[in-house]
Amino acid sequence: MTAFGEAAGSFSRAMTSLPIEGVPPRSSIETRWQSLLGKDKSDRIYRRILTAFALALPVLFVVILAVLFVSALPALHQFGPSFLWTSTWDPVAEIYGAAPMIVGTLLSSFLAILIAVPLALGVAIFLTEFAPRWLRQPVAFLVELLAAIPSVVYGLWGVFVLIPFLRTSVVPPLKAVLGWTPFLQGVFYGNSLLAGGVILAIMIVPYIAAVSREVLLAVPGSQREAALAMGATRWEAVRSAVLPYGRAGLIGAIILGLGRALGETMAVTMLIGNRHDIGVSLLQPAYTMAAAIANEFSEATTNLYHSALFEVGLVLFVVTVVVNAIARILIWRVARGTAVGSRAL
Amino acid sequence: MKTTRYLALAALLGAAVPAAAQVQINGAGATFPNIIYQDWMLTYNQTHADVKLNYQSIGSGGGIRQFSDGTVDFGASDAPMSDSAIAAIQGNVLHIPTVMGAVVIIYNLQGVTQAVKFTPDVIADIFLGKVTKWNDARLASVNPGVALPATDIIVVHRADGSGTSFAFTDYLSKVSPEWQQKVGKGPSVNWPVGLGGRGSEGVSNTVSQTPGAIGYVELAYATSNKIQFGTVRNSSGNWITPTLEAVTAAAAGAMKDMGPNTDFRVSITNSSGAQAYPISTFTWLLLHKSYSDTAKARALVQFVWWAEAEGQAKAPQLGYAPLPKELHPWIGARLKSITAAGRPVLKAE
Repeated sequence: MTAFGEAAGSFSRAMTSLPIEGVPPRSSIETRWQSLLGKDKSDRIYRRILTAFALALPVLFVVILAVLFVSALPALHQFGPSFLWTSTWDPVAEIYGAAPMIVGTLLSSFLAILIAVPLALGVAIFLTEFAPRWLRQPVAFLVELLAAIPSVVYGLWGVFVLIPFLRTSVVPPLKAVLGWTPFLQGVFYGNSLLAGGVILAIMIVPYIAAVSREVLLAVPGSQREAALAMGATRWEAVRSAVLPYGRAGLIGAIILGLGRALGETMAVTMLIGNRHDIGVSLLQPAYTMAAAIANEFSEATTNLYHSALFEVGLVLFVVTVVVNAIARILIWRVARGTAVGSRAL
Repeated sequence: MKTTRYLALAALLGAAVPAAAQVQINGAGATFPNIIYQDWMLTYNQTHADVKLNYQSIGSGGGIRQFSDGTVDFGASDAPMSDSAIAAIQGNVLHIPTVMGAVVIIYNLQGVTQAVKFTPDVIADIFLGKVTKWNDARLASVNPGVALPATDIIVVHRADGSGTSFAFTDYLSKVSPEWQQKVGKGPSVNWPVGLGGRGSEGVSNTVSQTPGAIGYVELAYATSNKIQFGTVRNSSGNWITPTLEAVTAAAAGAMKDMGPNTDFRVSITNSSGAQAYPISTFTWLLLHKSYSDTAKARALVQFVWWAEAEGQAKAPQLGYAPLPKELHPWIGARLKSITAAGRPVLKAE
């Protein structure tokens, strides 16, 4: 889309520089457009409404942040920054530390990205570069349909299909080959970081695949043709010409998936085991921030407990914002505003 | 033309409003008694059309919060309010038990068809992570003839805060000093071992999908879903299969410890009745001792009175254990003590 927009923009610029009768030069159009502002009453009203709409979202952002902060104040006072790195979560003794949830959230999301990115990029590259034309639409449609399945259905499917499958067919061979690594220590009970990460991966594949596909479709055909003309095979053309051209957009697609994985609640809480423990083993149960809030909020009877959960929400909010900020910096660094999709992000 | 139509509409609307003033009463709280509360309110409204009752099952914690903030007229909770929470509202609360429930032990043992028997200390040690194998000598000795496998015991507990967890941990705190000291009781606690399942269905699904798992759910949930559960030895030394009668017996057994002047904030776990199922619990309505709105207070207390008297008959068919009959005079005395604008709401008969 963006590439088309850019092309159309340069085309119209080329057009306006030509002295065509009856069409005023571009600069005068802009002057007239500016001078119209504030003149007409309906224009003024229209402008105010649009300004209000545009401001509503940033205001909402600030309000959410403020409410989270104010509600988290008692816990912030009580525990200070150690809330972030202590790992006891004891509602009876009123001692709260969120480290296991923060680690669990990051680990499960990165595991999901690790699994989902090759899969989703593979789907996108196949659909844009290699698949026969008749196959492209149906497969793309089915992949995107995965995004329409409700979270709780993924959770149920995970409990009744994924976990038994992992238990019988995935974990035993994994342990046989990589059992010596710290990542596969302990007994596999089913509900675990691995199960949570895999279900997250399946849930974010459609998002990454759909956006990546749009990005790759927007890479101009001339890029491919140039690579092929240099004697590249189709795979070499994809690797050396198409992917680098779209890299900013592809990173954006991955970040979109990561953002969703960080905040996903229902399916994860049904599969991750909900245990306040820090460990690197994928076979052990873990916890995520979103799951803890969803689980414990309704029965949080004391003020400090309530407030500690708000602080977890605040941390999750900050983590999400930081991840998105890092992604933006990454895209600017990589793309420098030139590659496909960088403007949209 | 248009005006007459509006007039007709207004007349119609006017006719739909009953002559007597409507009383709207809102409540919120525990999810466990939601089914019977909704049923009671519906039934009560059929004979008292002027009283509109509304109950939202947002969880005990939310119920206590909204009740304390005064956003609802009554609360409901599966766990009694703490002393500090009561002090925060100047003691203006009465705990009124309505029905009872029980917590049962469920497990996933292939090839085991008879109910497994559990002693209190074994349950505590399993959930403390000290008994880790199904063929542990202490389990095997009370289960002769049951082919207990040599597999790991996988503990499954509630991950969400819940009255079920409160009753269960309250029981464990009574039967195990170590549990009392290390973990304690509450709607959510710092579990020493195990996986967390979300809701009763989360626990029962995880147990049913995990060989060697053990968990706990509400009795009504287990019976309506036909899940097998274990037998527990009570404080009199009898093996008790959880039934509604055994739960009612637990409250009856606990009555002599309570005394007629109780505030009902008592736990009836590990009660002393010979036929009492030990992991039983009340669920409570939270009412204010004094209200400001007389009409509202009167309608609410009359409804609760009705629920405690006639409403109890509905309990067994909905999966709840009714309160023992002997408890009714005590509850009645408490309801009569409620005042509005300085005067008793109910007339002393």
